[in-house]
Amino acid sequence: MSLLELKNVSKNFGGLKAVHQVSFSLERGEILGIIGPNGAGKTTLFNTLTGFYKPDEGEIWFEGERLVGLKPHQICKKGMVRTFQIVKPFLELTTLENVVIAALNRTELIREATEKALQTIEMVGLKDKAETLATGLTLPHRKRLELARALATEPKLLLLDEVMAGLTPTEVEELIRLLKEINRRGMTILMIEHVMQGVMALSKRVVVLNYGEKIAEGVPQEVVKNRQVIDAYLGEEFGNASN
Amino acid sequence: MKKLYLFLLVAFVALLVLPKFLSSYALGIFIMIFFYAYLGQSWNILTGYTGVISLGHSLYVGIGAYMTYLLTLTLGLSPWIGMWIGGLTAGLIGLVIGFFGFRFGLKGVYFVLLTISFAEIGRLIVLHLKVFGSFQGLFITPHFSAANFQFKENVPYYYIALGYVIFSMVVVRLLERSKIGRYMIALREEEEAAESLGVNVFKYKMIAIFISAWMTSLAGAFYTNYLYYLHPGTMMSMAFSIEIILRPIIGGMGTVLGPVIGSFLITPLAEISRTYFAKAGYEGLHLVIYGFLLVAVVLFFPRGVISYIKKALSSLLGG
Repeated sequence: MSLLELKNVSKNFGGLKAVHQVSFSLERGEILGIIGPNGAGKTTLFNTLTGFYKPDEGEIWFEGERLVGLKPHQICKKGMVRTFQIVKPFLELTTLENVVIAALNRTELIREATEKALQTIEMVGLKDKAETLATGLTLPHRKRLELARALATEPKLLLLDEVMAGLTPTEVEELIRLLKEINRRGMTILMIEHVMQGVMALSKRVVVLNYGEKIAEGVPQEVVKNRQVIDAYLGEEFGNASN
Repeated sequence: MKKLYLFLLVAFVALLVLPKFLSSYALGIFIMIFFYAYLGQSWNILTGYTGVISLGHSLYVGIGAYMTYLLTLTLGLSPWIGMWIGGLTAGLIGLVIGFFGFRFGLKGVYFVLLTISFAEIGRLIVLHLKVFGSFQGLFITPHFSAANFQFKENVPYYYIALGYVIFSMVVVRLLERSKIGRYMIALREEEEAAESLGVNVFKYKMIAIFISAWMTSLAGAFYTNYLYYLHPGTMMSMAFSIEIILRPIIGGMGTVLGPVIGSFLITPLAEISRTYFAKAGYEGLHLVIYGFLLVAVVLFFPRGVISYIKKALSSLLGG
């Protein structure tokens, strides 16, 4: 049984088919990348998976359970958690307090949550920022905070929405190493990513979306040579010219 | 932190012995300081901590006051018991308002309007029903005894009001250190993020409005038995709701000490200027002073004066 399975999931906004008939599945321990040009429906798909939107059709199965109709906090309890492309830290709280709130997902006790949060903060490399207010964190640190909070909820599946955007190549390298380590410890990851360096290094398999539809799926090195994928990214004219 | 607790302990002891040295008039001012600090703290739970803005908290004071009084009048129930029934009623009304607001995702000004509407409905009901004294209001004939919550002197009221404040500070401090409180703060800071991290938005907002309404209404019992006169035009008005929120805003929302500091700053000013201006024939001029003060605070201390007082205190106490 797959950890996550999508069957013909669609989400419309008025006449716009933001996500149209998308199906794919995700196995335990895997890192699957979702790529596609801006406006392809990637973030809409995440919002639909995590209960922020209700799909207009299709089914979402997680560990053999149907997820459609559940609220975001219920989906988080089931073990699927997402980060936000535009980071949403609790600005007036410290890094530690931010992560403690996430860790309370699995415990009633502040002390237990604090221990968990400290471990998580150390793992993502924010230990020396534990007492810094989130307002005082730089973007790379905020991205790590976003990741730390997601991890502290103790998920089975981690949904990452462009965690590498806006980082320098060195920072991307560090984050790749970190995500590899998290995956090695058993975490399944579904990532939306524009930074190809990251996708290539991490995922064995990618799904390509364009105008809300899945246009390709496979090994990243092959997918990027796919005719339709090149057209989607560069426009048909340039795609033709590259031949 | 330890020094702050020590400072609070000293302040508490000072307040305990203070009545020995004060006139009845001065005691009255302290009673009002405590009364408004308590109300501000109760409102603080919903707006300061959870970020849900209410401008209708006078409704809960009214429910507490009338319920307590009518239970005494009809069933001969002591206000000390009646106030908890009033509290429960206010909490349930709060849940009704919360249900409409949170179930349908009303936010910001729309939720504010909802709280104002309910408060106005409550005020109009009370204003037009005979049982609530109608337009004349209710005059209460006191029967002095501790069991009746009615005293000849100001001293017992002083200690009861002080008790209210300590109670509210303990509740809020305990909330701060609990999962409920942390989740409330998360909702204030960033609702979507909180939701995706496992916070049940509806549930925790309902908890917040229940606690806030319940605590606010307990002050109604005090109001009844201290002033012996109930009228919806004063205690259930929009102006009274504004009185409630002014002190925590000026002192600092989302903090335990903010509403208390705010009340110590504003209430004496209000009480003294009210009597002074009324004597001079300028009734209501103190409201103009409020207005200017609020503008000044918003401009110069956008997070309330507490952050500045804290800085001053910590340098005074040496960190």
